[in-house]
Amino acid sequence: MSEALAAPETPSGTISPTPGFVVELDAFSGPLDLLLHLLREEQIDIADIPIARIADQFLRAIHSLGLNQAADYLEMAGRLLRLKVQMLLPRGSDEEGWEDPRAELVRRLLEYQQIKEIAHWMARSAERRSEQYPRGYLPPPPELPPPPLTVDLLELLQAVERVIAAIPAPVLHRVVPRPLDVEGATARLEALLAERAEFDWREAWGPEPNIANLLSTLLAILELARRGALHVLQPAPFAPLVIRRDASGPTH
Amino acid sequence: MPLAQLIEAALFTAARPLTVEELAMLDPDASLADVRTALDQLRETYDFNQHGVELVELAGGYQILSRPAFAAAIERAQFAVRVQRLTGAAMETLAVIAYRQPVGRMEIEEIRGVSASGVLRTLQERGLIEVVGRGEALGRPLLYGTTALFLELLGLKDLSDLPKTEELAIALRPPEPAVEDVADAAAYVPAES
Repeated sequence: MSEALAAPETPSGTISPTPGFVVELDAFSGPLDLLLHLLREEQIDIADIPIARIADQFLRAIHSLGLNQAADYLEMAGRLLRLKVQMLLPRGSDEEGWEDPRAELVRRLLEYQQIKEIAHWMARSAERRSEQYPRGYLPPPPELPPPPLTVDLLELLQAVERVIAAIPAPVLHRVVPRPLDVEGATARLEALLAERAEFDWREAWGPEPNIANLLSTLLAILELARRGALHVLQPAPFAPLVIRRDASGPTH
Repeated sequence: MPLAQLIEAALFTAARPLTVEELAMLDPDASLADVRTALDQLRETYDFNQHGVELVELAGGYQILSRPAFAAAIERAQFAVRVQRLTGAAMETLAVIAYRQPVGRMEIEEIRGVSASGVLRTLQERGLIEVVGRGEALGRPLLYGTTALFLELLGLKDLSDLPKTEELAIALRPPEPAVEDVADAAAYVPAES
């Protein structure tokens, strides 16, 4: 669309350059907007911003802000103060090599100004478009706030009871000491080794093949194997272990 | 049966703009060129006979809309209500997204100098923007883009209807060579009321 872009409207908030002014920051959509407004009010050349003056005005403008709102503005305030300090530093005689510390701010301001102009153009497009209706246009339903909750004390108590009832009873896990009897298992194994050259390890489980005895036997086998008192074989994957006294046999 | 009438009937019933491709599905014998010719016929009929509605090219498609001249009377009679206007902050955010899409929240905040999460949520709820992907940066930030509804809201055919950046008073150029032109533009006094 070739239509020339018109200047965005000035925010309705007004800032007088004298102290004791009134600021309506709600009218500004952010720190860059406020800054542009200050520059425009003062008829300041954007390429040569008197940072010290603008920084002071900016700080005065945001002075009245609440903390929530101020967050967005404080970062810019800090930036302006840093620039103010940088501008006070002696530049030396060599003007050519001097890099204007304001360049980044100017770039952002120009960029933001362009965005504002586009936004303004878009708002007018939307305005024009809103004058035309499609068939059977249904206005979007207004957003209703959720209805206020009305409960009496009894209902509240019943609800509390339901919540409490739904809480599962804490599951306590009792740890039962089940001491392993490695000595006993070792004794059983040694007795069997003395008797036979080879046997199935299940024979060493003892009279009651529970998990404790089984583990005890396994630990005893490993310990005896470490000492070289026996060799452990497994003929096939997952097959029961075979205990062998003979040290010359294949080991696993 | 003339294609123009068939298309008119379809556009009348549709709740959104219909594309040329969609309209071509109405008649298996009709080519896209036939549909375009028929659309031109329909538009001329509305304009020549001064109908209260017109054929508008919108968001990549076509829609029958009432003419702007009748908006005030229609609203007075409360047959229709205008869509709620967007705030300045929302429009600015939309502008950034429209030009820089796909764009992440950080870049939007950097350009506008304010936090954007609230505005982004509002725009998303109104269906004007959508998440179009994830960025490569740390945390793989969500990237936003504008929707067809955005084009409808602004009455644009497509994104190329947006002002070209070189047509704007200030272009997004490095400030060095542009400083002279820029200074004048920045100090303007708004002419519009």
